[in-house]
This record gives sequence, C-alpha cells and structure tokens, in this order.
Amino acid sequence: MLSYALRRILIVLITLLAASVIVFAVLEIVPGDPARLMLGMNATEDAIAALRQQMGLDQPLIPRYFTWIGGLLTGDFGRSYTYSVPVIDLVRDRLVVSLPLALMALFLSTAIALPVGIFSAARRGTAADTGVMAATQLGIAIPNFWFALLLVYVFAVALRWVPAGGFPGWDAGLWTALSALLLPAIALALPQAAILARVTRSALLDVMSEDYIRTARAKGLPANAVLWRHALRNALIPVLTILGLQFSFLLAGTIIIENVFYLPGLGRLVFQAITQRDLIVVESVVVLLVATVVIVNFLVDLAYAWADPRLRRR
Amino acid sequence: MANGGIEGELVATEHEDWRRFIRKALANRSFLAGAVITLFVIAVALVSAIWTPYDVTKLVIADRLQGLSSTHLLGTDHFGRDILSMIMVGSRNSIAVALIAVGIGIAVGVPLGTYAAAKRGVVDEVLMRASDIVFAFPALLSAVMITAIFGPGAINAIIAIGIFNIPVFARVARGGALALWPREFILAARASGKRAGLITVQHIVPNIANLLLVQGTIQFSLGILAEAGLSYVGLGTQPPAPSWGRMLFEAQTMMTIAPHMAIVPGFAIIITVLGLNLLGDGLRDVLDPRLRRQR
Repeated sequence: MLSYALRRILIVLITLLAASVIVFAVLEIVPGDPARLMLGMNATEDAIAALRQQMGLDQPLIPRYFTWIGGLLTGDFGRSYTYSVPVIDLVRDRLVVSLPLALMALFLSTAIALPVGIFSAARRGTAADTGVMAATQLGIAIPNFWFALLLVYVFAVALRWVPAGGFPGWDAGLWTALSALLLPAIALALPQAAILARVTRSALLDVMSEDYIRTARAKGLPANAVLWRHALRNALIPVLTILGLQFSFLLAGTIIIENVFYLPGLGRLVFQAITQRDLIVVESVVVLLVATVVIVNFLVDLAYAWADPRLRRR
Repeated sequence: MANGGIEGELVATEHEDWRRFIRKALANRSFLAGAVITLFVIAVALVSAIWTPYDVTKLVIADRLQGLSSTHLLGTDHFGRDILSMIMVGSRNSIAVALIAVGIGIAVGVPLGTYAAAKRGVVDEVLMRASDIVFAFPALLSAVMITAIFGPGAINAIIAIGIFNIPVFARVARGGALALWPREFILAARASGKRAGLITVQHIVPNIANLLLVQGTIQFSLGILAEAGLSYVGLGTQPPAPSWGRMLFEAQTMMTIAPHMAIVPGFAIIITVLGLNLLGDGLRDVLDPRLRRQR
C-alpha cells in the first residue's frame, strides 16, 4: 500500500509541475502587455517600463517562473494587477463562495443519484426503470446554465422564494447565505446527478451478476439484504471514481453558473481576470484548481486501493 | 480465378455483416430514436445553408418580442429577428464547431494512441502521463482560458474543444489497440513481415473503428454543450452569426417579458444532445452487445 501511495504521489507531483509550466507558458504568449493594459492608451513609455519593472515583467522567463512557483509554494500568490491586493486575499474571499457551492452541488447530486440509481437497478427492466433512465438521459442533455435560467425564472422571479442572484455574504446569516447558493447548486448538480445515477445503476447491475451474489441468494438471503449488504458496497468503487471526476466538472461549472447568478466566486474571478488580462490571478487560480482536481483524484485512487487490494498491483 | 472467388466471398461476407448491422440497428429503439433526431438536426442545418424563413441579420424592431404565431412559428427576439431562422442557422454553427473539434480529436488522438499501443514502454508511459496532465485541467476552464487569450470566436472555440478531445481519443484508441495486438490475426500479420505502422493502418484502425464511432458521438454531444457554454459567456460564435448559447445569453434579461426567447434555444440544445447520446448508446448496443447488460 505504501509503495503504491508513494508511486502515486510522485505522479501527482510530476503532473502538478507540468501543469504549472503549461499554465505559465500559455499565459506568457498572451497577446498584449499587462503593464500597457493597466496604464491605458495614453501612458508614456517610461511609465510602462517602470511598471513592467515593478511587476517583474522585465525579468527573463525562467527566473520569473521560479519566483512565481516558489511564491505559490510558500503561500505568496503575488499581487493582482487590477485589484491591487494580494491574490491570496482575493482567492480566500472567493473560496468562501465557490467551495460551499461546489460541496452543496456534490451533496445534492449524490443525495439524488444514489437512491435513484439503486431504485432503478432493483427494478431493472420495469416501466419505472425505463422512466428513470429516460429522465437521466434528459438530465445529461440539459445545459446547466439553461436550467439555471429556468430556476431563476420560476423560483426567484415568479415565486420570489429565493434571490435571483448575488451573494449577501456569510455575515448576513447562514440561511440567507445558503438560500443564495441553493439555485446555483441545484443547477450544477442536475447533470452530474443524472450521470451518477446511471453509473450507480450500471455498477450495481454488474455486481449483481457476480457469483458471490448468486451464492448469497442461494443461501436464502432476502433480495434486499443481498442488495444492501453485498452488492452496494462493491458497486461503490466506480461510483466513487465518478464522484472524484465530478468534482472537477463542478469546479469548472462554477465559471458559467457564477456568471448566471452574479456570484462573487472563484469561477467569476478567473473569468474576469482573463478578460482584464490580470495574468497573475489567472495563473494562480488555474494552478490552484488543477491542484485541487489532481489531489481529489489522488485521494479517490487511494481510497479504492485501500478498499480493493487488487488495484494496488496495477 | 481462385483469387476472384475469395474476393467474391469476402464481399458477400461484408454484405452479410451490413445486413446484420442494419437488422440489429432497426430493432434497437435507442439507436432509431437517436438516428432520427440527429438526421433531423443535420437536415435542418443543411437546409439553413440555402433557405431560412427570414433573414437572420435583418432587424425588424416593429416585430420585436412576438410570441409564437403563424407568421413567426417560434416567435421573434428583442430585435424582431425570427427565432426559427436563428435556431436553424445556429444549428449549423453548433454542429460545425462540435464536428470539427471531434475531427481534431480523432486526427491527432488516434495516431498517438495507436502509436503508444504499438511501441509500449517509455513512449506509451510518456503519452499516457501527458494525457493525465490534460485531464487535470477542468475542460471548460481551459476552454475559457484559450478562447479568452486568443480571442473569442468559432475557430478558437473549435481549437479549445478539440484539444480536450485529443487525449480522449488517444486513450480509446490505445485501449482498443492494446487488446488487439496479442490476437492471432495480428500475430499472423507480424509473422508475414509487416511493420507496426502498416499493421496499425490495415488491421488495428479498422477494428477499433466501432469504438471510435461510439466515442465520437459522445464527444460530439459534449462539443455541442461546450460550444453553447462558451457562446453563452461571449467567447464562442460571435454576433451577428446566431448561436444557441448566445441566444440564451441575450434571453437572460428578457425572461419575464419573453420567456420563449430562452425556452426555444434551450430545447434546441437538449434535443440535439439527447439525439446524439441516444445514438451513441444505440450504436454501442448494436456494435458490442456484450456491453448491453451493463446499462
């Protein structure tokens, strides 16, 4: 187990290193000088040169990469060109919106998908199963930002149950803050729930055809006991894998959903930073998101290598 | 003569394969529904190239925000443009972007994947780790980054979506090819002195075409969704060319007075994606019946 974990950690580190080089390189070839962009059309060449020096843009590429990556590792993410505050502060402010949003969406998607998938598998081939599968096909096909618009129209505009957009902050009270995140979380969760429900059903059906399930049945165990005690535990491995992958979709999904709901989260921050050419913010946030994806997937891998010793040898 | 006889038999077998495929396909509800929907959407896109009920670039302010009627079947938008015509032209843009992005994925990914499978060892390891790195980037985030950096527009959207199709097809091609290399007919080809490249082109690629076709429909539908998302945030197809995502963005502020502006393009996206997903599922069932019981 330890050697498996060490090998995986090495791969994680190489992936992160390569990802940081790619992000840095891609943003270096961006057309347009950030210093010129910040100072506007009428700035003098001297002023631009001074700002370039202050921002470290006059340094050669490789030392600049090492300064940046060294800063990231020590928690110094640099200073935003447009907001003139440390990037770490911006990230912290936005993370308190995006992280609860992604977690709420993940919770909702799991809470919907697992019972639906189990229900469908237990009634395989019936009209109920066909109906559920048709609904999940529809769920996968619905663009989440379109679903978000409909949710706003019904629950915020017509019924006035929740706000249509914006985030009042956690100081406004737990319920007020959570209710502002509810519609975005539902919009993010829907397609993921549909995918997860299909995976749960398919994994359960796979396990149900195994010999040990037949043995359990032959012993005279009731169908429900077989499902809950034997099948579900083994079916959770593919479900867990998809959950890990979904976290990355949810993080990326916040870029569009936060724009629909005008939420001041990480997705909106990175989107605005890209359009304002605030490269240091883009670099740091993208690397942070990539690191989150890689680490979450690593933890998922580790969890099922722990659960299923056969996987450690691969 | 004897040679001609063998060729004749091969052609007959191919005909038999086709007949069996068509028979199975017609019996598969998912395939049928998906094929009908997809062909309909493609037909609409093709028709839009030569005819639309109204000119999509013509603004008729007097006709703005009309509901569904016999003159404008799907109503008009805030500039008085006919929504049916915009949906028709939008289908062309969506399909073009998603299809070319799939083409990029296949054109680059399949050679990489089959090469990795043929060479194994270090080459395989490096290519697979490289695809891990691409997978570490949330696709939409990177697509937003690429289109924002190189400028918004359909071409950059194609590149952004296409880049993420490359590792997907590379993995599918590699997986399929790895399963084929130990097979007897490949061993026979190797024993006859054929080089790995020729074997890949003549034997491996035709035998993994099924897998690629199924994956192609999935990536196609994901491409439609991605293009809509990019256009919605203003980074995809640019006005005045209509696009489904852009239409949804413009509908956002009109939801209370003209909900049809948002509902119609949404349905267009859903129907297209649903059709492609059903087609993909159906194809998988028809081409590989072993997978059927799993779903």
